[in-house]
Amino acid sequence: MSDIATRVKKIIVDKLGVDEAEVTTEASFTNDLGADSLDTVELIMEFEKEFNISIPDEQAETITTVGQAVAYLEEHAK
Amino acid sequence: MELKRVVVTGIGALTPLGNNVDDYWNGLINGVSGADLITLFDASKFKTRFACEVKNFQPTDFLDKKEARKIDRFSQIAIIASDQAMLDAKLDKDSINPDRAGVIFGSGIGGIMTFQNEVSDFARGDGTPRFNPFFIPKMILDIAAGQISMRHGLRGPNFAVVSACASSTNAIIDAFNYIRIGKSDIILTGGSESVICEAGVGGFNAMKALSERNDEYKTASRPYDKDRDGFVMGEGAGVLVLEELEHALARGANIYCEIAGGGATADAYHITAPHPEGLGAKNVMLAALDDAGMKPEDIDYINTHGTSTPLGDGAELKAILHVFGEQAYKLNISSTKSMTGHCLGAAGVIEAIACIKTIVHGIVPPTINHFNDDPELDSNLNFTFNKAQQRTVNAALSNTFGFGGHNAAVIVKKFVA
Repeated sequence: MSDIATRVKKIIVDKLGVDEAEVTTEASFTNDLGADSLDTVELIMEFEKEFNISIPDEQAETITTVGQAVAYLEEHAK
Repeated sequence: MELKRVVVTGIGALTPLGNNVDDYWNGLINGVSGADLITLFDASKFKTRFACEVKNFQPTDFLDKKEARKIDRFSQIAIIASDQAMLDAKLDKDSINPDRAGVIFGSGIGGIMTFQNEVSDFARGDGTPRFNPFFIPKMILDIAAGQISMRHGLRGPNFAVVSACASSTNAIIDAFNYIRIGKSDIILTGGSESVICEAGVGGFNAMKALSERNDEYKTASRPYDKDRDGFVMGEGAGVLVLEELEHALARGANIYCEIAGGGATADAYHITAPHPEGLGAKNVMLAALDDAGMKPEDIDYINTHGTSTPLGDGAELKAILHVFGEQAYKLNISSTKSMTGHCLGAAGVIEAIACIKTIVHGIVPPTINHFNDDPELDSNLNFTFNKAQQRTVNAALSNTFGFGGHNAAVIVKKFVA
């Protein structure tokens, strides 16, 4: 697992209060990990802080699974 | 319209003297000071470095870790107090009509810790607005009422009441009135406050409102003492289950006491200073007595606002003497803030609980930390100094006054079918 994936997982476990084992690549924040709309906004914000980037809203809306988050951040993280 | 009678059937509290009603009451009648050095933040640079904190409180003992993070401390303790009150009243989601049960809940300030921390984070950054999406729903003052409704499935009237340090008394009176006019059967009411943080202590320090007796913090809250130098900040939450009498009787509920009446007035004088003659305080006690259909001689005990400030304590006593006349000397008077500190928006309910327990147990909690009589105050009044007194109390009045000139008083009385 990449360093970015590890950091993403840690944020998700911390913010959503889920077990690490649940945070699979396919897991959807809302359908599988119990996030509501505000949780999702908070996750994006935490990714931005952790990786020191800004994720535009239209991009943020396409990030709905763990895998999508990791892929986006691997491409854009500085 | 015939007004319904309203009784208290459940109580919950987290206070500087203990995190449940029994521990709180035992602290009160044993004259325990809840003051200690501040642990909630580093107060080493502050003029006041002590307060009456709620102690040994771990939110995750009661709330899911994920949820706890999204709830300000003032709401956390409110939720836990509401759990206690529901349990005490033997009520749960399945046993009530949710549409006839509401929450009317007070706070003076709301989630100032959350506000402080979020804005500080922003100010430390480069101007990029990265605000947490839970910032607003965590901070807003009404969220405690909302959280309690979600916790217990209460779908009736739901709102917050704000009148600074009179907030939770005003909330109790509003709840009383909603039930009295038949709009609800059950209302969880009371209030919560938790502002022992840099902004809270710094703000009150700047007003010269707080005691700065750092070397003798256990005895700093000394209402009616000649050397009182300001209030000691407290925090806490209290919840009363108010219930329409017939509803309570029908389900065989334990009845602590009856709410007899309440009053609300304003000084219309100054943002923080009390009216020097206690005008608003006088009027609010008269209004509460009138609402209750009671005479001064019906009252046995007054739990005063008595915050231990030089001006406030004297003005309230003038008002008591004016309202009660010769009867004032037969009253027991005490300020339990000498033990709990001033729990601000939660003070009203925390002190109403003291009044209720006084009626139930026939013991008047003391005004502790009395060392020297103040020659400006009438020493013939019975301030219940330093030691609890046994007394049959049929009715008790609780005064609360808030910055802005708000005054609220509630009268509770022994329940007689």
